[in-house]
Amino acid sequence: MLKQNEITVKEPLFRVIKRSNISMPKAWFIRIAAAALSLIVCAFVVMSITGDNPLSVYLGIVDGAIGSKRRIWVTVRETLVLLIIAVGLAPAFRMRFWNIGAEGQVLMGGAAAAAIMIYFGQSLPNGILLIIIFTASILAGLIWGLLPAVFKAYFDTNETLFTLMLNYVAMQIVTFCIVFWEKPAGSNTVGIINAANRGGWLPSLFGIDYGWNIVLVLAMTIGMYIYMRYTKHGYEIAVVGESQNTAKYVGINVKKVIIRTMMISGAICGLAGAIIVSGASHTISTSTGGGRGFTAIIVAWMAKFNPFAMILVSGFLVFMQQGAIQIASQYGLNENASDIITGIILFFLIGCEFFITYKVELNRNRKEAH
Amino acid sequence: MKKVATLLMVMMLVAGMLAGCSGSTTETTAAATEATTVATQAETEAETPASTVKVGVIYIGDENEGYTAAHMAGIAEMKAALGLSDDQVIEKTHIGEDEACYDAAVDLADQGCTIIFANSFGHEDYMMQAAAEYPDVQFAHATGYQAAMSGLANMHNYFTAVYESRYVSGVVAGMKLNEMIADGTITADQAKMGYVGAYPYAEVVSGYTSFYLGAKSVCPSVTMEVQYTNSWADMAAESEVANQLIADGCVLISQHADTTGAPTACEQAGVPVVGYNVDMISVAPNSALTSATINWGPYYTYAVQSVIDGTPIATDWCQGYADDAVGISPLNENVVAEGTVDKVAEIEAALKAGELHVFDTTTFTVNGSSIEDLIANNADFAKYADYVSDGYFHESEVISAPAFDLRIDGITELTN
Repeated sequence: MLKQNEITVKEPLFRVIKRSNISMPKAWFIRIAAAALSLIVCAFVVMSITGDNPLSVYLGIVDGAIGSKRRIWVTVRETLVLLIIAVGLAPAFRMRFWNIGAEGQVLMGGAAAAAIMIYFGQSLPNGILLIIIFTASILAGLIWGLLPAVFKAYFDTNETLFTLMLNYVAMQIVTFCIVFWEKPAGSNTVGIINAANRGGWLPSLFGIDYGWNIVLVLAMTIGMYIYMRYTKHGYEIAVVGESQNTAKYVGINVKKVIIRTMMISGAICGLAGAIIVSGASHTISTSTGGGRGFTAIIVAWMAKFNPFAMILVSGFLVFMQQGAIQIASQYGLNENASDIITGIILFFLIGCEFFITYKVELNRNRKEAH
Repeated sequence: MKKVATLLMVMMLVAGMLAGCSGSTTETTAAATEATTVATQAETEAETPASTVKVGVIYIGDENEGYTAAHMAGIAEMKAALGLSDDQVIEKTHIGEDEACYDAAVDLADQGCTIIFANSFGHEDYMMQAAAEYPDVQFAHATGYQAAMSGLANMHNYFTAVYESRYVSGVVAGMKLNEMIADGTITADQAKMGYVGAYPYAEVVSGYTSFYLGAKSVCPSVTMEVQYTNSWADMAAESEVANQLIADGCVLISQHADTTGAPTACEQAGVPVVGYNVDMISVAPNSALTSATINWGPYYTYAVQSVIDGTPIATDWCQGYADDAVGISPLNENVVAEGTVDKVAEIEAALKAGELHVFDTTTFTVNGSSIEDLIANNADFAKYADYVSDGYFHESEVISAPAFDLRIDGITELTN
C-alpha cells in the first residue's frame, strides 16, 4: 500500500497529450492570446525600464509604425521585403529542405542588381535596364539556390550547413565587389547608385513610390499560393517533404523535385535582392540582407507556409520592429530594446505552437491517489 | 485547453485594466505639424527662439562605441550650453549607411526638427537626398565631403582637425621611443611603430600620417607600418592586427578604429599604445600613453546656435586646438617618457598659435621628392596644387573632410 502510494506521488503534476485535431478558430484563438500575452510581457519589461505606463509605450509603437504617412510606407516597404523572402523560402521548407541560405541568395540578387545599375545605369533606357536587373538578380539567386540542391540531390550533403556557408561566401563576394564600386576609394561605402539619373531605380506606380514593390511581391505571393496548392509541382513538394520513400514509391523523381524547388526558392530570394536594391535602398553592402533572410524563416514557419498568413505575420513583425525603433528613440533606450521586444514576441508566438499541437492536463491519477 | 484559455483571458483583462488606468500620451505627432511651420521661418526670418528649436541626431552606433559616444557627449554639451530641454533633442542610434539613414532623416524632419546631424561617412548620400526634399531644415553631416559640391544651401559638412591631436599624440609616442632607445631596449633603427587602420582612404591616411610626423619630429629615425582591418569597429580584428604588427617588430602601436581591441592586445604584449576617441588607461593601465580625442561639442553648439540666431552655418566647418575641438586624453604618468608633459604643452601652444603646421612640406617626402616638386613635375600630383602653399599642406581648409591621402616615405602599408 505504502509502496504504491510512493509511485503515484512521483508522477508529474501535468501531463502533455498530443491533440488529435484542433479546430481552426481554437488554434487562432491560442495564437491571438499568445500575441496579446507577449504584448503584456513587453509592456511590463518596457515599463520597468522607462517607468512610463504601458499604454503610452504601445501608443509609441503604433506611432512609430503608422504614425505618419511616411512611416506607414516604410512599414509597408519593409513588410514587402520580409514577405517575399518568406514566400521564396516556403516551398523549400515545405519540402523539408532546410534552406537557411536566404540571406546569401538575397545578397547575390542584390549584388547582381547593383552591378547592372553601376555598369549600365548611364547607357541603357530604364525599362530595358530594369528587365536586365531583375533577370540578373533572379539568375544570381537561382544559382545560389541550385548549388546546395544539386549537392543534396546527388551526394546527400547536409543542406543546412551548405546553405549557411554560402551566406558567408556571398558576403565575401559583396565585400570584394565593393572594392571596385566604393566611392571614394577605400571608404567601403558605395553610396546611392545613380542618384542623378535614377538609372535602374524602380519607378513609382500610380503615384505610389513603392507601387512596383507592392505589385511584384503580391504577384509572387498569390503565384506561390496557387503553385503550392493547386499544381502538380506543389503536390510533389508536399509528398517529398512528408516522406522521400513515399515519393519514390509513387514514382516522383525526388532529385528533380529538390533541384527544381530550390531553383525557384533561390530565384525568388534573388528577386527580393533586386527589390531591395533597385526598389528601396539603391545601394549595396554586406548588410543589405539585414538578417531578413533569417527572420523570413520564422515568418514562413509561423504562417505554416501559407502565403496569405505570411502577409499577416511579416506585417506584424515589421510593425513591432518599426514601433520599437520609435520607442527606443522616444525613451532614450538603446536600439537593443527593440530586439528584446521582438524576441519576447517571437518567444510567445513560437511557444504557442506547442499548445496548438499538444494539450496540457493536470494529472488526475495523482488526485485520485490522495 | 479551457483552463489555459481562461487563464490567458484573466491575465489580458488585468493588464488591460492596468493599462487603462493611466492615460497620458505623447505629443510627438502634434509637434510635427506645428514645427514644420517653425522650420520655414528658420530660413526666411531672423531668429528661431531657443525654446522652439528641435535637434535630430542620427548615430551609426551607440554609447558603447567610442566614436558615437564622443558625438553623444558633444550633443549633451550643446544641450547644456544652450539650455535645451529633453524633448528638443531626438536621437536615433544604430542607423545603418543605407535607406535607413534616409528614413531616419526625413522622419526627424517630419517630427519638426530644424537641424539634423548624422555622424557616419556613409550617411552622406542619404542626408543629401533628405536635404533636397526639406530645403527649410538644416542637414549637417560629419566626415563627409560633398556639401559644397551638392549645391544645396541647407547641406553642411563638419569635421575636426583631429590631425592636430594625432600629431600631439605622435609626439608623445616619439618621446616614448626616445626613452626606449636611451635605456637600450631598442636601437634607433628598431624604432618602428605599428598602426591599426580601418579603411585605406583619406580620413585614415591623413590620421596616421599626422601621427607619424608627430613622432618623427622628436625621433627622426622612426618608421611605421600600417595594416587595415576593413571595419570601423571589429574588436577581434583590431586585436589580431595589433598582434601581427607586434610580431613584425613594431615596438609601439596606435589605431584609427573604434574599439579597445588594439590596446587590449598591447597590454598583454607589454607594448606601449596610443588610442583613439576614448581614454584607454582603464583597458591598458600599463601600456596606454594617451589617446587622440575629438570634442564635438563646439560644433554642435555653434550649429544649433546658428539656427537659433538665424545666421548661416558654414558649409564646411573644421576646427582644432584653437577652438578646443580636439585634444588628447590625460597622459598616463606611469608609462609616458620624462618631460612629455612640458613638450606636449609646448606643441599644443604652437598649434593654437598657428605657428606649427602639421603637414609642413619640409618634414616629409613622397618617393624621395618634396610634394612641391611633384606637383610641378608630375601630372598625377597636380590635384594637390590647391592644398599646398606657404610651405604646408592645408588639410581640412578647402573642405572640412580630410584630403591628405599621400603615402609618404617612412610609412609602409601592409596588405594581406
